[in-house]
Amino acid sequence: MLTDIIIVLSIMILGIGIGLFIGNRPKIIKIIGILTSFSIFLLLFLLGIGVGTNKQILNNLHSIGIQALILTIGAVLGSLICAYFTYILFFKKK
Amino acid sequence: MKGSLIILGFFILGLILGLTRFLPSSLLEGDFSIYALYLLMFLVGMGIGTDRDSWKVIREVNIKIILVPLSVIVGSLLGVSAVSVLLSNISIGEAMAVGAGFGYYSLSSVIITEFHSDTLGVIALLSNIIREILTLLATPLFVKYFGKLAGIASGGATAMDTTLPIIVRYSGKEYAIIAVFSGIVLTILVPVIIPIILKFI
Repeated sequence: MLTDIIIVLSIMILGIGIGLFIGNRPKIIKIIGILTSFSIFLLLFLLGIGVGTNKQILNNLHSIGIQALILTIGAVLGSLICAYFTYILFFKKK
Repeated sequence: MKGSLIILGFFILGLILGLTRFLPSSLLEGDFSIYALYLLMFLVGMGIGTDRDSWKVIREVNIKIILVPLSVIVGSLLGVSAVSVLLSNISIGEAMAVGAGFGYYSLSSVIITEFHSDTLGVIALLSNIIREILTLLATPLFVKYFGKLAGIASGGATAMDTTLPIIVRYSGKEYAIIAVFSGIVLTILVPVIIPIILKFI
């Protein structure tokens, strides 16, 4: 799995390098945007298939939704509290 | 919002096709999604590299601005860790991987699916979509009670695009650049932090 992570991050860094090299070409940037959307669609479509054929997930869809909601509340509330202190201490104009 | 509906649409389409088995078994059993992930990561990298405005924003900002995405990272990870005690079948590490999506639901769900499991991938997808929707709906309330960084914090990685308009509307124009900066930093860190967390659980 570590090698997978290194591969994925190396590919991204390679992309950043090539992107920096290409620079500001609106046409290419537009194509990159479209291709990015399509690969996201493809991957989520594949995830859908994976879920649709996975009995364990399907039987627990209800509890999965609740777990997701609880995690979101935790993440958002934690972020809000941290950001509140950052705001009071460093950003609020006195 | 429209983007998340389209993405959810593709997910549901795949779900229906999977449910009805209306597909050749080679597609159901073949595991080529890792190659699609490689392609996506390459494109995400290219998108970051060619985005000159983002690099300019990063170069121009005041040093204290880095505290904003840092607050989101620390707050999200502590928050999900805290609520994970309520969830019997999710470990702290798994909760942190979901929280480290910072609202970037497409990439976080895909990475978690590849490196961990379909189940946690779906949780990441739903949780991070909910994060975006919650930010769109509740930013006025958040700003009122948690200060002007609240919308940026709640939006996480989405603060640079989908939730930016609502953030600017309720925190003011002077917070736009902070929102974009925080969103960019978090977007770049999603594919870095999630695999690291998954590696250690």
